[in-house]
Amino acid sequence: MNPGVRVKTFKIDGLDVAGREDQTVLDVATEHGIPIPTMCHLEGLTSVGACRLCLVEVVGRSRLLPACVTPVEEGMAVVTNSERLQNYRRMLLEMLFVEGNHICAVCVSNGHCELQGLAQTLGVTHVHFPYHYPDRPVDASHSRFVVDHDRCVMCTRCVRVCNEVEGAHTWDVMGNGANVRVVTDLNEAWGRSETCTGCGKCVHVCPTGALFEKGHSVAEMLKKRQFLPYLTAMRRRQ
Amino acid sequence: MKTVKSAAPSTDNRWRIVDAAMRRLGFQPHALIETLHVTQETFGFLDEDALRYIAATLGVPLSQVYGVATFYRAFTLKPKGAHHTCVVCTGTACHLKGLPEILAALEAELGLSPGGSTPDGKAALMTARCLASCGLAPAAVFDGKMVGNLTSATALKRIRQWVEHES
Repeated sequence: MNPGVRVKTFKIDGLDVAGREDQTVLDVATEHGIPIPTMCHLEGLTSVGACRLCLVEVVGRSRLLPACVTPVEEGMAVVTNSERLQNYRRMLLEMLFVEGNHICAVCVSNGHCELQGLAQTLGVTHVHFPYHYPDRPVDASHSRFVVDHDRCVMCTRCVRVCNEVEGAHTWDVMGNGANVRVVTDLNEAWGRSETCTGCGKCVHVCPTGALFEKGHSVAEMLKKRQFLPYLTAMRRRQ
Repeated sequence: MKTVKSAAPSTDNRWRIVDAAMRRLGFQPHALIETLHVTQETFGFLDEDALRYIAATLGVPLSQVYGVATFYRAFTLKPKGAHHTCVVCTGTACHLKGLPEILAALEAELGLSPGGSTPDGKAALMTARCLASCGLAPAAVFDGKMVGNLTSATALKRIRQWVEHES
């Protein structure tokens, strides 16, 4: 280990753990096999704390903190799975479901979807909010890929992978509040984008069926994630 | 300092105001919001040409420019579907020379208020802080063409022409 990096010792769910000062609570929890649900987080991309599913309690703090962007601190006591947190996480997922149009039965990602998987894991059996049924477009102008905004959960993984790994920054987020949406270039048809390289990284990091490859029917879209740690490792060697 | 710069979208002199703002901030990507403010104030709205020009000149991705321009309420994009735009100047000189009467007439006769469009959506009305043509006050830009010494009658006539002549 680099001698210049300090080690912090603290507790997660009563377990004594240690982490480097440049690690987050989520990093250390993952190393110790303590599960914290995540969605916008993806190893290899900058964490942004957008989805709030990784919120944890830190004893002595009234606010909940997103584990993916909370640096470890000496002596902190983290609680990852209280009843309060479980309720909040289910509530967050329910809000994601009502905010878009998530119809699993007709989705290319049915059975391989991170939103669906989280709902199953965290026990979302009912949705307690009224559905919004927003009017959102589908853009199939690209020769190989489709973006269906109905299924987008605004995790911004596509935006980050396009900017940080591919370097094209074709995707970004437009608008604010309930009107936010991911856009390519000046909100133009994806197929006409001058900056998109067609690499497909965005498609494969998307947690839901919002981004998918053409030619797949219900439940057929399998996302390949191994390219991201591979690229990160190869670039570090250069 | 950046030396190669893309050319302004048109020969409209107002681009010099935008260029000056970008130069003052060293063509840095972080000058984006300030540049959008200046462009908005100068033109009354941000159209695709403006966004592309700013993105290219400051070296900011197109999608990021679009994201910033749509995030803040301070910025107005050219209204979708509007074929014609009228930008009236709300600077001090234009205000004193009769702008309020012109706006009242447009509202009363055509139901057109700043930030809105005619009921058929063909023409949109926007405001700019100053069009830098105070000698022509009150001034407005009709589809990119500057018109000075504006009166309620001439403003109404021009917008009625748009609305009536488009099928």
